[in-house]
Amino acid sequence: MTEHTDPTGVRIELDHVSKVYPGSKQPAVDDVSLDIPAGEIVVFVGPSGCGKTTTMRMINRLSEPTSGRILIGDQDALSIKPTELRRSIGYAIQQAGLFPHMTIRQNVGLVPGLLNWDRSRINDRVDELLDLVGLEPAQYADRYPRQLSGGQQQRVGVARALAADPPVLLMDEPFGAVDPITRSTLQDELLRLQGELRKTIVFVTHDFGEAVKLGDRIAVLGQQSKILQYDTPQNILASPADDTVAGFVGSGASLRQLGLLRVKDVALESRPSVHRDDSAEQVRSVIAGSDYDWAVVLDDRERPVSWVRETRLRHAASLSDAVEHLDVVSTQSTLEDALEAILAEQHASAVVTGPVGRYEGVVTLDTLIDTITRLRSEAGSS
Amino acid sequence: MTSNNSLWSALWTYVSTHYPQLLFDSYQHVSAVVQSVVIATVIGVVIGVLTYRNALAANLATTTSSVILTVPAFALLGLLIPLFGLGVIPSVTALVLYSLLPIIRNTIVGLNAVDPALTDAARGIGMSRFTTLTRVELRLVWPAILSAMRLSTQMSMGVLAIAAYVKGPGLGNLIFAGLARVGSPTALPMALTGTLLVVILALVLDVVLVLIGRLTTSKGIR
Repeated sequence: MTEHTDPTGVRIELDHVSKVYPGSKQPAVDDVSLDIPAGEIVVFVGPSGCGKTTTMRMINRLSEPTSGRILIGDQDALSIKPTELRRSIGYAIQQAGLFPHMTIRQNVGLVPGLLNWDRSRINDRVDELLDLVGLEPAQYADRYPRQLSGGQQQRVGVARALAADPPVLLMDEPFGAVDPITRSTLQDELLRLQGELRKTIVFVTHDFGEAVKLGDRIAVLGQQSKILQYDTPQNILASPADDTVAGFVGSGASLRQLGLLRVKDVALESRPSVHRDDSAEQVRSVIAGSDYDWAVVLDDRERPVSWVRETRLRHAASLSDAVEHLDVVSTQSTLEDALEAILAEQHASAVVTGPVGRYEGVVTLDTLIDTITRLRSEAGSS
Repeated sequence: MTSNNSLWSALWTYVSTHYPQLLFDSYQHVSAVVQSVVIATVIGVVIGVLTYRNALAANLATTTSSVILTVPAFALLGLLIPLFGLGVIPSVTALVLYSLLPIIRNTIVGLNAVDPALTDAARGIGMSRFTTLTRVELRLVWPAILSAMRLSTQMSMGVLAIAAYVKGPGLGNLIFAGLARVGSPTALPMALTGTLLVVILALVLDVVLVLIGRLTTSKGIR
């Protein structure tokens, strides 16, 4: 998906980093070492108060490490003046943190302004960024933050973080304050953006589902930012390093694994198919000649349009009187989508379409259960 | 009715014959108040900015300025004579001291009420402490500072009238002179004209400040 563009991000290395707040004996972050590869989304996930935000904030020195070294690219972050360092690192926070007295244009253009870009270049960049995050510049640029919805503000927050095209983006629960549907849209958009931009993104959240969805890698953090496990979402879901991680991954782990696999990764089963021009008699004989009591109805270009069951066909004069509405999934859909479709359909399977929407076969609940079982045994053996 | 009529006509006669003097005194009065409030705003905002992050210092600043405000105007002006003598300087000093409390207090309360997420965002995108203060914090606190300025202006308009006692500028001289010659036919018109002008000018200044607020406050926070 993202393999085709070179990363514009740079590697970040945390080298035995600790943070002790003045007047506190316990370190907030205790000896953390982490290698964040260029162009990947690394999600810090952990319970609240575990120090994940502090760990992230040390990267742009909003929190000064007490000891240890932080490398961004090949530069030592502690050797760069904090304000300059922060201008080269995008920063997006919960509830966007937009300045209410500035227009959207002014908010997004802040960092380029601090970097002394000239006005016309800033304006062009703001237009480009608003387009990028899906806000029509002519419509939104001169509005004030309070005139935007929470989701739109969050988009502006991301645009502001990207303004000076920084190689690194720090995101502190940026989608924590919006409703679940908007959050899901924003997550999809972030993934789409990242597909184009390939920044190095450090993303903090306490929502493991979000971590699985967004992360190329996930760092599961415990108290004092101790790294309990640092691996791909697949591996963490399949084999949590210890009970704490397992507890955090939660009982939804199997379901989440389905969100990581696509329909094309599993074997499809076939079900009888008929064309919508066929007579009721023809369809009855096709179903009778199969092991099933229903059939997928295709149009003349082999695309599934509806389905029909034997019981309804029995008294129907023509096929069109008996067909029922059909939702399909594509080979690109996740198995989680497929599961949803299966649960919604009365024929207990999800009809799958391939390239140009042609009928490919069906996914059944049994296929999904087999897949989960296989993943578990693979994880157990590795 | 008749006495009312005669009062109005006496007032009118007084105003029309002393027109240039009244205009001059009004100008002096407004000018002194505006300058005092501007000076007090600069000092008050600086004190507020320097103290708001430290609860003790902030308390000290507000308490000191509220103690000043409780000193009666006459007493304060009298106390300033040994320091500054008579005339414009002690008058303006008194006005500045009185104006400080609302401005310091609103600045401190306002700065502390700025959403920490906003100052964090400002730092996070690479604004210096000074830039954060001037481009974010003070912009957000400006409406609160402005309403303190309105309060200070209203208060100063009245206090300056008393400053005639230390030979200060403005309409107070008219009121004092009128009160000093009670019994003479011009006494009442003089004192009344001075008082009315103070009230009218105070209202005019308030309207001007409201307009300034309209023009200088971002639409995003109005």
